[in-house]
Amino acid sequence: MADTTPTAAIPAVPPAAAPAEPGATPAPPSFWRAYRVLIWSAIVLALFILGWEWGFRALGVPKYFIPTLSEIGSEFMRAYERMDLVHHTAITSFEVIVGFALGALLGMAMGYVLGMSPTAEKVLSPYILALQIAPKVAFAPLFVLWFGFSVEAKMSVAILVAVLVVFFPIMVNVLGAVRAVDPAMINLARTFNATRWQIFWKIEFPASMPALFSGLRIGSTLAVIGVTVGELVGGINRGLGFVLLSGETQGAPLVFLAILVLTVIGIVAYCAVIIAERAVLHYMPRRDFGKPNT
Amino acid sequence: MIRLQFERVTKSFPPQRRGGDGVTAIADVEVRVADGEVVALIGPSGCGKSTLLNLASGLDRPSKGRVYVDGSEVTGPNSHVAFMLQRDLLLPWRSILDNVTFGQEIQHVEKGERREIALKLLAKYHLGEFTGHYPHQLSGGMRQRAALARTMAMNPDVLLLDEPFSALDAQTKMVLQQDLARTLWEEKKTAFLITHDLVEAIALADRVLVMSRRPGRIVREIRLDLPDRNNPMVRRQRPEIGPIMAELMSLLDIGQDRLDG
Repeated sequence: MADTTPTAAIPAVPPAAAPAEPGATPAPPSFWRAYRVLIWSAIVLALFILGWEWGFRALGVPKYFIPTLSEIGSEFMRAYERMDLVHHTAITSFEVIVGFALGALLGMAMGYVLGMSPTAEKVLSPYILALQIAPKVAFAPLFVLWFGFSVEAKMSVAILVAVLVVFFPIMVNVLGAVRAVDPAMINLARTFNATRWQIFWKIEFPASMPALFSGLRIGSTLAVIGVTVGELVGGINRGLGFVLLSGETQGAPLVFLAILVLTVIGIVAYCAVIIAERAVLHYMPRRDFGKPNT
Repeated sequence: MIRLQFERVTKSFPPQRRGGDGVTAIADVEVRVADGEVVALIGPSGCGKSTLLNLASGLDRPSKGRVYVDGSEVTGPNSHVAFMLQRDLLLPWRSILDNVTFGQEIQHVEKGERREIALKLLAKYHLGEFTGHYPHQLSGGMRQRAALARTMAMNPDVLLLDEPFSALDAQTKMVLQQDLARTLWEEKKTAFLITHDLVEAIALADRVLVMSRRPGRIVREIRLDLPDRNNPMVRRQRPEIGPIMAELMSLLDIGQDRLDG
């Protein structure tokens, strides 16, 4: 070390770049290492399908309790041809979309208003808490009472239950996010002479985006639950809720089929939110959602 | 011409709890900063330095006394002053360019104009290649330079600087001090710099004010009369610095009571 210059004593490239064995580059990861998640996923999927198809039968579970996958598959073809499954799916999807959109808008509106008015939030917080804890789907019979018995009325019941369950997580998330905006950022805008509206639009609103989207994610899955309960309680004769109820007489495969389609609707809604989130929050480092400033 | 003036300013805060004591942050502060002058303020932590800045920027009002900027009393935020804090406060959802134009956007400066000003400043602060980047993609020093550009974009008469470089590592800090000193000199800006860093105060300022423990009062004023205010790297090396440091340290009780930090 004594005869090297000080700069030479600090290698520009960290010593890790010098391999232990001369000429040895790190070996590429083995096939197994590189694809282990994929391989395990395939194994689990195969076990799941085999277990469902033959496992229940092997355990002696009667097929009118739990149908095989192939039975659900043929039930799908039957429902598609005879029951107009597409129509029912469209009705339910429509209710999910409208319920989710209205619930989200309402939740955002309330969240921002309460977020900007601490007094209103304090005064209303017991009611908000009570409504948050109350099982929202239990309001469904009330809505049946309000709306009546036409198909449109039954659809409105389903939509309204969805609005109610979607509303809360979004409002609570937005409210919390507006409250948590860094006061120094608001002061910065104030020194530029920003109006209240500018502070909202340029600071509070964009700062709340990560929290809003986690609320929307939760809301998108809850919307499907809300609509399903709304259809079941409303006794609608359209939609996947109706298909579910038909299963009570027509057998387990139809019940599973309806559940499957409802799940798919939920997944599509969730993915739509994720896609929107990626587009809106493009400025954030991945895995860093929800902590906008460090 | 006096750009920034505190006239017998006292600021007290009401008690947090009932029956508690209120806090007098600063008492009878009298400061005048002339046009083009850079004045540094040092003092123990919690002595109300930042309170002074909030009063000057119009975010807060004094309990007693008056604050003037450019001869008119400060009654609220105004476009004569701009501040820069220890934290860069860049908005994470805006690109660097849009962060720099933020203040002008709020004041409805026409889009092409504010863009032009911002691009010029970003080039000056070596951020020309990063205009489209987002804050999280930049290092702490680069972010602070973007914050400086945002402050300068407002073309304020008075810059209020609250420990602007204290979160940076020592070398980045020196580079940024150099950028700031040069800008202040070239643009003949008036600045009021609050800092913990004695060397920073001596390297950047024309005068150093020393504040006492709470309630903060100005207990000492040191006129530096050193050359190279536009070149702190050179000024740091001057032999006169030692005795001034010693004086400031004894005023702040540094070395006598290690708990003061």
